[in-house]
Amino acid sequence: MAVSVDEAVSTGPARDHTPPARRLGSRGRSVLEVALLTVLAVVMLFPVLWMIETSIKENRDVYAIPAKFFDFKVTLDHYKDVFVDPGGGRSALSVSFLNSVVVAGVSTVLATVLGVPAAWAYSRFAVKAKKDQLFFILSTRFMPPVVVVIPIFLMYRQVGLIDNKLGLILIYAAFNVPFTIWMMKGFVDEVPAEYEDAAMLDGYTRLQAFRRFTLPLLVPGIAATAVFALIFSWNEFVFATFLTSSDDVRTAPPAIAGLIGGTTTDWGLVAAASVVFALPVLVFAYLVRKHLIAGVTLGAVRR
Amino acid sequence: MAGIEVSALHKRYPDGTVAVEHVDLSIGDGELFVMLGPSGCGKTTTLRAIAGLERQTTGDIRIGDTLVNDLPPAERDIAMVFQFYALYPHLKTRDNLAFPLRAEGLPKPEVHERVNEAARLMRLGPLLDRRPRQLSGGEQQRVALARALVRRPRAFLMDEPLTNLDAELRADMRTEIKHLQGELGATMVYVTHDQVEAMSLGHRIAILNKGRVEQIGTPLEVYDRPASLFCAAFIGSPPMNLIEVEVADGQLRSQGGLVLTPPPGLARDRRLVAGVRPEALEVTDPGAERSVPARVVSAEWLGDEIIYVVDHGGRRDVRVRMPPTVRFAADAKVGLRHTGGTPAVYDVRTEELVA
Repeated sequence: MAVSVDEAVSTGPARDHTPPARRLGSRGRSVLEVALLTVLAVVMLFPVLWMIETSIKENRDVYAIPAKFFDFKVTLDHYKDVFVDPGGGRSALSVSFLNSVVVAGVSTVLATVLGVPAAWAYSRFAVKAKKDQLFFILSTRFMPPVVVVIPIFLMYRQVGLIDNKLGLILIYAAFNVPFTIWMMKGFVDEVPAEYEDAAMLDGYTRLQAFRRFTLPLLVPGIAATAVFALIFSWNEFVFATFLTSSDDVRTAPPAIAGLIGGTTTDWGLVAAASVVFALPVLVFAYLVRKHLIAGVTLGAVRR
Repeated sequence: MAGIEVSALHKRYPDGTVAVEHVDLSIGDGELFVMLGPSGCGKTTTLRAIAGLERQTTGDIRIGDTLVNDLPPAERDIAMVFQFYALYPHLKTRDNLAFPLRAEGLPKPEVHERVNEAARLMRLGPLLDRRPRQLSGGEQQRVALARALVRRPRAFLMDEPLTNLDAELRADMRTEIKHLQGELGATMVYVTHDQVEAMSLGHRIAILNKGRVEQIGTPLEVYDRPASLFCAAFIGSPPMNLIEVEVADGQLRSQGGLVLTPPPGLARDRRLVAGVRPEALEVTDPGAERSVPARVVSAEWLGDEIIYVVDHGGRRDVRVRMPPTVRFAADAKVGLRHTGGTPAVYDVRTEELVA
């Protein structure tokens, strides 16, 4: 089950099923494949590369025509500007990054704490209309966030959650709980219920049995699910834009978007902020990449 | 050790499925009691209710003199062995065995002593420092049994413990469990869907179907006089031949003319089915004394015996068990003769034994 990224995407010699007579044709095809993949890689990676380049260029090099690919002076000023205000002290951007960390982190923890026990319950107990309940839970994810942003805005205004980190945390958790329940239910189903039965006969209550025996076996699944939830909360833009306004509360996505526009745009700063913004998610996804693949392919193959 | 009383057990799940319709059981102290039935018959649910892993909807369960309806599993003083062993994967054999004792809070020297005793009984000495994944299926099941033993419970509950083992190992473990049960004088409730296991292990067998008990009896009683058509079709391999008969001139006569001795006191007007074991029939040369004409449809050569399937009175599925020396070719015209005693007779409508 635990397939690494390399195994999952590698083509490898095993794919060469063609008979010897068609070897030449197959070699020609593999050359074509490599060529196409190269083109695709360039198209996909160029914007990322350009973002990184822009973030370390001086402003006049950023606007240079023709564009400078290699012969520019490297500067880290933009990165300094991301964190430090020109007048001294913390910059507004660094505050928004901190907000993002708090909002994404707390909402992910909340969704996990609520979703994992729920998934366990749906997996283990005979619940009335279980399938309908699960479908209802999933159905809350059917519509795009934009559809509900106005009603949410009005409701939040009534209860004073506008421009409030708690408001964002709650809405992100609400969006992540259904996902957590569905993904974790698959993982819980894989753990034999007999462990809990045996533990209960050995003197533990049902909850203790869950905590001491099932939960440790679920850790990889929880990690994968939490990373997905974290990525959603970290990247979320629509709610963050509509529900926050002040610099103290705003998360990074709308804050970075806010740098664009006005009379001049400091593209170096935008690029540097984007790089800083992308890094944590990349690192997390890299750390749990095996489990991410497991989560995506879970149940796809019957073992 | 203690006996177990189950009275009027009924289990209905919140989603509406009824797993157990109505079950009464009275299991004696020191008895090896087998619950046998097809999947979905309610045997496992009944066992789990005894264990306390399921709460029955209505009905009472007593272990010894204690009414255990509201006791959690841990306080019922029973041990259970599961089909999937349920050994804790992160613990060595030794710690798996010690686990329930430590949970009870027993002092260390006693834990040590009891673990060693159970390990000796199940011959686990060399396996004590391995983890479950380093053990074979048979070894894992022995560890699971030992884990049940260390508790010195009042009763053992076994949920299809041998299903996941291969055939040879299963026979060995069967002997081992029977031996162990006799030696300890343990009350044991054993759930299985394998009739051979049930027949060879059980002091008594309860046959369950659709959440009800169809019959309770010793293996021989169950084999000789199945209480219903379901039991008749379930026990025995190949199962009983169920032949429609009518009462005429003080005899039971099948459509094909086969004549059987009737049990006393049969009403004439009933539609009846006689249950005839394959070994109570005989394939003979055509025209032999007291035989009726039949035709061999197929023969299964099992080495120590031959199972003939014969065509008789319009039915092509009458099975006859013969010694391997008596040989007829497929399609041969033969005679069919009843050699057994009085057959079990069932009412077609109620599907129950009438005499």
